[in-house]
Amino acid sequence: MFSNKYIIIYSSLLVVIVAIALTVVAVQLKPIQEENIRIEKMRNILGAVNIETTVKDAAVLYKKYITETRVVNNKGQIVENVEAFTTNLAVELKKAAHLRNLPVYVFSSDKGEKLYIVPVRGKGLWGPVWGYISFKSDFNTIAGAIFDHKGETPGLGAEIDTKPFQKQFFGKKIIDNNSTFISVKVVKGNTDRSNEHLVDAISGGTITSDGVSKMLFDCLKEYQMYFNKIKSETLSVVTE
Amino acid sequence: MEKNKEIKEKEPIFSKQNVDIIKKALSRNNPVTVQVLGICSSLAVTVQMKPALVMALSVMIVTGFSNLIISLMRNTIPQVIRIIVQLVVIAALVIIVDQLLKAYVYDVSKKLSVFVGLIITNCILMGRLEAFAMANKPLPSFIDGLSNGMGYGILLLIVAFFRELLGSGKLFGAQVIPQSFYDAGYANNGMMILPPMALITIGIIIWIQRSKNRELIEK
Repeated sequence: MFSNKYIIIYSSLLVVIVAIALTVVAVQLKPIQEENIRIEKMRNILGAVNIETTVKDAAVLYKKYITETRVVNNKGQIVENVEAFTTNLAVELKKAAHLRNLPVYVFSSDKGEKLYIVPVRGKGLWGPVWGYISFKSDFNTIAGAIFDHKGETPGLGAEIDTKPFQKQFFGKKIIDNNSTFISVKVVKGNTDRSNEHLVDAISGGTITSDGVSKMLFDCLKEYQMYFNKIKSETLSVVTE
Repeated sequence: MEKNKEIKEKEPIFSKQNVDIIKKALSRNNPVTVQVLGICSSLAVTVQMKPALVMALSVMIVTGFSNLIISLMRNTIPQVIRIIVQLVVIAALVIIVDQLLKAYVYDVSKKLSVFVGLIITNCILMGRLEAFAMANKPLPSFIDGLSNGMGYGILLLIVAFFRELLGSGKLFGAQVIPQSFYDAGYANNGMMILPPMALITIGIIIWIQRSKNRELIEK
């Protein structure tokens, strides 16, 4: 009915038209989509210090509260000329440990209290999980935590992005009495809620919970040199 | 011009035939409950009303326009590559919808995640293109696509209504079950949030529909 020539021209033409249409749509919408991602990141960062935001006021609140950002490496040195906000932890974690750029966001509350927010990223059951953890100025006590995930099981692993799970982290400590970094672990059947280093896992979400534990340990470990450095700096200022 | 007018008069948008197409898609030939198509996504995106609504609208747009476009092209499409042509049209439309969602309803598009992309593989689409659009004029095809999308969407919303209400006590994210109920010992049913209950809910709907309309029962 149709010749081969017709079929080849027809399909080539169709593909070219579709390709042009999709390119136009993608290019046109890209700025709006990138803005969405940027705003979401701001909301997540502010969420780690328990500031409620909406899509509209996130940018304003971010500017108001996040007074300083810096990028450090795992030796505790400040890396110059790297923007913290645009640093993508997913990319950094693929590099060798000593080459990683690690962002730190400094939050100043209305009362002048400073909290330090760091991003974390790891693996859940089905895909990446990530979050932001904020520390009080002792760099030990967690002031807030927010987690998100790409596609954990709804009702099970996906519960890590809910308030009740995240609230458990408030006030937990990452350093034990012997000044050793031990992070915070998500464990099953944690009856002892007063333990400063343990939070209750999600029933049915064991692999995601373990992923969160590992993510916290691996990512927060990298910051310890920097945290210790600031701590000793502030200590020396006090003793002088 | 004169001729065009004549055709239009012969076929108003809501002619008996077209209304019949809509009715059929919504009830007697509902894509989900009767044809049992698109079950996968109806299990996945019906935990809450809002994603279900966005998914329903997305599917409606894709079914409607893919039917329209394929119907316009139907006389030029070579038989041997018709499935490929259909898929290219569907895939292009789905990507456009996905991009629009990412730009304008970012939070919902995150919840729908892969399922928007998976509209491409939704059997309702290919089914309607093959069964209807390839053999009918553009307008009835467009109506057929929209109403099949609607038939799918309505079911999605019914399932989401029960799952969100019983599973989290909310509708469209707003608390509807008062606190006093919880104080009196009422608890949300966690099972409703999980996919098995979506399947059971759809099963119940199919059961109700077939017990009302006995023609649908297979011998």
